Amino acid sequence: MSVDLSIEIGKLSLKNPVMLASGTVGYGNEISEFMDLSKIGAIVTKSVSLKPRKGNPPQRIVETPSGMLNAIGLANVGVEEFVKSKIPFLEKVNSTLICNIAASTIEEYVECTRILHSEECIKGFEINVSCPNVKEGGLVFGNDSSAVGRITEKVRAVTDKTVIIKLSPNTASITEFAKVAKQEGADAVSAINTMVGTSFDIYSRKPKIKNITGGLSGPAIKPVALAKVLEISRNVDIPIIGIGGIMNWKDAVEFTICGATGIQLGTVNFINPFAALEVIEGMERYLKEMKLGSIEELVGTYQL
Amino acid sequence: MNIYKAPVVSNQKIGKLTYLLKAYSPEIANNISPAQFCNIKVSESDFPLLRRPFSICDVDDKHIYFMFDIHGEGTRMLAAKNEGEKIDVLSPLGKGYALDDDYDTAVLIAGGIGAAPFPFVTNYLKGKKEILSFIGGRSEENIITYGFENYVIATDDGSSGFHGNVIELFKSRLNSFQKERIKVFGCGPNPMLRALKKLCIGENINAEISVECAMACGFGICQGCPVENTEEHEKYSLVCQDGPVFNVKDVII
Repeated sequence: MSVDLSIEIGKLSLKNPVMLASGTVGYGNEISEFMDLSKIGAIVTKSVSLKPRKGNPPQRIVETPSGMLNAIGLANVGVEEFVKSKIPFLEKVNSTLICNIAASTIEEYVECTRILHSEECIKGFEINVSCPNVKEGGLVFGNDSSAVGRITEKVRAVTDKTVIIKLSPNTASITEFAKVAKQEGADAVSAINTMVGTSFDIYSRKPKIKNITGGLSGPAIKPVALAKVLEISRNVDIPIIGIGGIMNWKDAVEFTICGATGIQLGTVNFINPFAALEVIEGMERYLKEMKLGSIEELVGTYQL
Repeated sequence: MNIYKAPVVSNQKIGKLTYLLKAYSPEIANNISPAQFCNIKVSESDFPLLRRPFSICDVDDKHIYFMFDIHGEGTRMLAAKNEGEKIDVLSPLGKGYALDDDYDTAVLIAGGIGAAPFPFVTNYLKGKKEILSFIGGRSEENIITYGFENYVIATDDGSSGFHGNVIELFKSRLNSFQKERIKVFGCGPNPMLRALKKLCIGENINAEISVECAMACGFGICQGCPVENTEEHEKYSLVCQDGPVFNVKDVII
C-alpha cells in the first residue's frame, strides 16, 4: 500500500509536509551536499530583507538545556543580491521554494514581496512578523495584531502566490493573530517562531549572547509550539505549519495530530543534516502502520 | 562533508586536563587537512543538544585523533568514551592552514589547548620545511608538547621555560629569523591571537591563525559564528566556513 504524503497550502502542492525552516538552511547550498533537496516538501529560505543586513555581532548562539538561543539578527544579502547570486542556484534545485521575508516597515515587506513575486522559482512567501532579535520591526509587529493584519493585506495585494504568516509565540493570544491573518487573505500560518530567552555567565555576570536576549529553539520549546498549534487548530480554520523543536518523525506526527498540515525542521538541521529525509520516511511508515492512506487523514485528529 | 560513526580505539589522558582520543575512520583520515575541524555529537540524547567543534589533531592511514581539555559537560562525556564506543563525527569542515606556500621555516605558535592542530601540521611539514614551535600556557601543567618537534616553552607564571607569554617569547627570538622566509601558524585563545596578529602585521610577517568560536552547525547554515573581516565591513566572515584559519591581515579579532 502506498501512502499519499502530499499536502496543499493555498495554491501550492507539496509532495510531502516536511519543510526546512527559515534561517536553518541558509539558501540551500550547504545542505544540498547532504541530501537531494527534491525529496523534501519545501525549503524556506533564510529571511530576505529589502536592504542587506550584517546581523548581530558575536556571540550569536549559546546552547541551553535541550535547546539553543540564537540572535543572528537576520543577517542576509538583501533582495537585490539574493536575486542575483542565490536565485540561480535555487532555480536548479528541484524543490519547492518558499521565500521568507523580513522587514522593518510595512512598505518594505510589500516591496520585497513585489520584487520576488516575479521570480518564477519562488512559489510562496513566508512573512516573518516575529523575529525576536532585531530592534525595529520583528516582534513589534508580531505583538500587534492590527499591524499583522495590515502587512498581510498589503502583501496579499501584490502576490497571488501562497502567503504564509509566521507567528510569534511571545503573545497573549496566538489565535487572535491567526484570525487576522486569515481574514486578510493569508493562505496559512506557521507557528511558532522562537521564544525570547536569555542565559548569563555567573562569574562574569554577563549575558552569554551579545544581544542579551535571543530566540530559544530546539526540543525545549516543543510543548509550547504544540500547544500553540493546537490552540490555532481549535479556533481558526486555516492551514497551520507546525514548527518548534521537531527532532524526528514522531515529533512531526505529533504536530500533525495537533493540527499541523505541514511541519518545518529547524534546529535539528544543525545537528543532523539528514533529518528531513528521516522524518519523511518515518511519517510514511507511521501512516502505513496506522493504515491511513494519506497524511491529510491524520491532520488535526486529536482526541481530546 | 558527511557524518561518520567512528569507533573509539583509545582515549588517553595526556595532561592534567587534556585527553587524546583516537578513533577508527579511514574515510575521515584520508579526506582532511591540517587545522580543518570536525563537529562531534558526544551523546545520542538531547544533552548536549548541539555538536561540538574539534580541530583535527592528527591522522594516520586509518585513524583520526582529537586533543581536548575538559571544559564542560560535552568534553567530560567525550573524555569518558571507552574503546569500541562510537562517536558521531561531521567532517571535514572549514579551511585549514595553507602550508605549502613559499617559505623556509614554519613557526608554530600554540597557546594552551591551541596545541590541538599542531601534531598533524608537524607531520605534514616534516621533510618539507624547517619547523620551530613555541608552546605557551598559564603554568607548566597547561603546557602540551604532544606531537611537537623542536619546541620552546613559555609559561605565564614561569613554572617552565620562558617566564611570560608565548608571543613575548616569539618576539624575543625574532632577530634569529629571516623574517621574509618564515610563515607563522598560530592557534590559541583570542588574546594570544590578537597579540600575534599585531606583532606579525607590525613586523610584516606572513601569518595565519586558527580562530575559535561557539558554533552550532559547523558548515555555514546557522550563521552563528561571525568574525569581523578587514575587507567587507558590510558583512561578517563565518569562522566555520571562511575559517577557522584566516590570514592575520583578513580578520579583526
